[in-house]
Amino acid sequence: MLTAILIMALGAIVLGSALGYASIKFKVEGNPLVEKIEAILPQTQCGQCGYPGCKPYAEAIAEGEAEINLCPPGGQEGVRKLADLLGREVKPLDAEEKPKQVAIIDEQTCIGCTLCIQACPVDAIVGAAKQMHTIVGALCTGCELCLPPCPVECISMARITENIDSWKWKYPVIEIKQLKRVA
Amino acid sequence: MNFSTPPYLAQNVSVQRVMLQVLAALLPGIAAYVWLLGPAVLVQLVVASACALAAEAAMLRLLGKPLALYLGDGSALVTAWLIALAFPPLAPWWLIVVGVLFAIVIAKHLYGGLGQNPFNPAMIAFAVAIVSFPALMSQWPPVDTNAGFVDQLALIFGLAPRIDAMSGATPLDALKTALKLGEGSVSVAKIVADTSTYGQLAGRGWEWVAAAYLLGGLWLWQRKVISAHAPFAFIGGIALFAGALWLWNPAQFANPLFHLFSGGTMLGAFFIVTDPVSGCTTPKGKLIFGFAAGVLAYLIRVFGGYPDGVAFAVLLLNICVPLIDLYTQPPIFGMKGKP
Amino acid sequence: MLQLFKFKGGVKPDTHKAPSLQQPIGRAPLPPRLIVPLHQSIGGIPNPLVEVGEYVLKGQCIGSADQWLSSAVHAPSSGTVVAVEERVAAHPSGLPTLSVVIETDGRDQWIERSPVDYQRLAPERVREILRDSGVVGLGGAVFPSHAKLAAAKSVAMDELVINGAECEPFMTCDDMLMRERAEEIVRGAGIFRDLLKPKRVLIGIEDNKPEAVAAMSAAVRELEADYAEFEVIAVPTRYPAGGAKQLIRVLTGKEVPASRRSPEMGVQCFNVATAYTAWRAIAHGEPVISRIVTLTGNVDAPRNWEALIGTPIRDFVALGTPQADTNSYLMGGPMMGFELPSLEAPLVKASNCIIAGSKTLFPPALPEMPCIRCGACAQVCPHELAPFEMYWFARARNFGKTQEYKIFDCIECGCCSYVCPSHIPLVQYFRFAKSEIWSREREKNKADAAKARFESRNEREERDKAEKAARLAKAAAAKKAAPVVSESTASAAPAAAAAVDSASEAQAAKQAAIAAAIERARVQREAVQPKNTDALTIAQRKEIEQIEARRAPLQGATSSTDTASQPSPKEEQ
Repeated sequence: MLTAILIMALGAIVLGSALGYASIKFKVEGNPLVEKIEAILPQTQCGQCGYPGCKPYAEAIAEGEAEINLCPPGGQEGVRKLADLLGREVKPLDAEEKPKQVAIIDEQTCIGCTLCIQACPVDAIVGAAKQMHTIVGALCTGCELCLPPCPVECISMARITENIDSWKWKYPVIEIKQLKRVA
Repeated sequence: MNFSTPPYLAQNVSVQRVMLQVLAALLPGIAAYVWLLGPAVLVQLVVASACALAAEAAMLRLLGKPLALYLGDGSALVTAWLIALAFPPLAPWWLIVVGVLFAIVIAKHLYGGLGQNPFNPAMIAFAVAIVSFPALMSQWPPVDTNAGFVDQLALIFGLAPRIDAMSGATPLDALKTALKLGEGSVSVAKIVADTSTYGQLAGRGWEWVAAAYLLGGLWLWQRKVISAHAPFAFIGGIALFAGALWLWNPAQFANPLFHLFSGGTMLGAFFIVTDPVSGCTTPKGKLIFGFAAGVLAYLIRVFGGYPDGVAFAVLLLNICVPLIDLYTQPPIFGMKGKP
Repeated sequence: MLQLFKFKGGVKPDTHKAPSLQQPIGRAPLPPRLIVPLHQSIGGIPNPLVEVGEYVLKGQCIGSADQWLSSAVHAPSSGTVVAVEERVAAHPSGLPTLSVVIETDGRDQWIERSPVDYQRLAPERVREILRDSGVVGLGGAVFPSHAKLAAAKSVAMDELVINGAECEPFMTCDDMLMRERAEEIVRGAGIFRDLLKPKRVLIGIEDNKPEAVAAMSAAVRELEADYAEFEVIAVPTRYPAGGAKQLIRVLTGKEVPASRRSPEMGVQCFNVATAYTAWRAIAHGEPVISRIVTLTGNVDAPRNWEALIGTPIRDFVALGTPQADTNSYLMGGPMMGFELPSLEAPLVKASNCIIAGSKTLFPPALPEMPCIRCGACAQVCPHELAPFEMYWFARARNFGKTQEYKIFDCIECGCCSYVCPSHIPLVQYFRFAKSEIWSREREKNKADAAKARFESRNEREERDKAEKAARLAKAAAAKKAAPVVSESTASAAPAAAAAVDSASEAQAAKQAAIAAAIERARVQREAVQPKNTDALTIAQRKEIEQIEARRAPLQGATSSTDTASQPSPKEEQ
């Protein structure tokens, strides 16, 4: 009886100290979960989730404060990936899924107020006070944050259409119905 | 959108052709079987085929898969024939039916159907039957059985009592029992001198059936339907262990040739361990798979409680397939001799 | 005799080459219109140099290379530019690409050609000439040749491989070129040799083309004096022996993996047609404006034609009189080519072969069955991959796993699909997985860039705020130090209240001013905008229209420029 207790106690001490040592030796700086979540988020920095940017949203998800279905640019695909990562249940997106888009300034209407420049989270708008502004298409994340501040409503969103360089080979289609007919 | 994709040329091959060639390769073995043991096995083949096709059709229907396309692929027939050939020829019909249903419904379709089963369906059927009905699965008729076709039919369909004369053991099993009864005082040579049971090599009649399977297997190899790796590694595994123990103590262990031409060795080597779906896919993996299955089969048949060990050996190795494949991936073009 | 090596795998489909070899190379007639896409090579998209209405001469540069890895494009004949616009491309997507449309005038008048003696020029200059002559790999990959003509710094060039294997069924353009123009091919290969300085030059030709082997051997013998290290070698016929990596393997024993470039292993490979066009460009001053195209398959008159780049494929296939049951046209061979989405697409530098297809020639794909893991695909894979494993993961969209099974080493030769008993379109799955991986890479890069910009912006704002606060604090401190603020604390409270009042008043005034400004802008927008274009002369209006027309595609193209400017991971591979 005593030996059994001693053996168990010894085991507990050895294993406990090993775990304690490992936690010091292999300490991970920062919260790796936040980084993993952020890697899934689309980095549009649009704030549509209610948080000021993708990182705060990632932190909120990691803390368990936020739902995973609040990111419209990430789409349902993004929700699915987050659910996979976090082991949560897949939920329908809490907004309408939008196609990828880019903002365009109607340069003839623009009055050069710089309000959109201040609103752009990724500095994708160039221009100066009382000068025409324009959007650098390659940098625009399509977040729509420049739309509301514009006093003259000269900014519109354009869908990004597939072109020959961004074209992708499609998933081979297996049409069960067609197979049935052939068979 | 239904667009055609390159390449626009294709070889005239199909799953159906592959399966039909496997069936064709079984024909010499079946012919020898019929010649030596009477046409009873043909009845079993018919029962098994009909049952397999019905079960396959029912499952395809249930799972909403295109019926004609999949039913015609021949894979269910291959499973059915292997079961019919692995079971005792005078086993009652319902035993075959149970085996086939288990193979098709559970071992094949519940795992995802064609191409998805991790275990060989025919071997699953054999294992289930021998575990559940050990007595029935051990009753093998003697060669040149004096019962006529009608008597055999009556036995299969349960219309006649299963008399002892009809239920011998396979030479392999008989040898094991004789050795056990002799308790070390009887030598193998003395036992197998009785050629009416043990024939010239490995059991009267059975050695010829095994040789016919070997013939069919070699034809498959020549047609490149199967690769040589797994079957020869399997045969090598059995031969190596049998040879080693025979050299050590020829009185207690039969010679390698006896083991190669008795029991399920040849059927297993060319038609079971070559199953692409449940077997290894890399050349090295096939060698490991075949060899390990051979060794296991030998150990089970000599030291285990079952008359033969091929089925259990193959099933055990089926579990290891993903692991073996993972560690035997060959180096690709341009990466040889590099980590 | 040279010791030949073997590559693993490969298949032997019926070659179907004989029909198009009955006639010598014909010169395709001048079509009324030429549609010349600007992007005809790997790398940067050339900038258009011509405008609508401009008269161009044959061989005039109409698109200049926009970076080192890019290649110029030229007018294939003389005539008037009638459009510079998006036209459907010879591409499996069927999407349009920016093209120059030229209405030919029938005079076919050359621009002034300036042949050069390349041996007197610096190698750098020769590469520039090749780039500006639009010399690209004509085997189908259209990689700019000048970019391949520099030896690795640390590795000496051992072999230069000239690829005349032409392993694709149906295709005979290289075969005919070698039979008829062997000497110029050898001289072109000589240019490559002089730039790369290899020890040996190996011309590999599949042994099912004895005439081509004989013609090339004769040419090499004749030019023995200058081309002593040249050797013509017949290699066993087995698809894909004409793949650059396979031919290099067969001739030199070297295996070039996807992760390395062949010069790092002391070997480089060019197609025979590329060597020919390089010679024309250097010794005759003729840029690449035409190529030999095999027209075969379900046509009455299969033949090889020397056709102008930009010839609409509809015009081109008419030369062979397609049979009535023709239901599709392939560009490239039947193994690696693709079905043309439209006959309006033009011939481009990559168009080595056009095959008219019919139901009997290319039977429709049989229904896909599940993989039975038979391993036939792995046996024929020339890169010794495990296609069935890659298929499994590509199908499940598990792209990380496909990369573990080295999907980027796959050359999409189609051998695996060719032998698959389950009729699985394996190559299609691999293409899908690859383009999905590239696209994700692009998205990821874009997201990372956006994140970096967002963070640096936040930092800047923080900094600005801190600086402003510091400035204010400084000003406050200065104010405090001044003797003005020496009132009693009793009067401070109402003063503060008044200050708050005035502040909110000022705020309101500001708001009102902004509202007024917005209102003014609105009125202006409504009232002034149409007036803006009221009293204009016709000439002015026309000018505006033109400006607008130019602007429209650019605005539509903002999306395209942003993806195009992202370096694609493919080029990095």
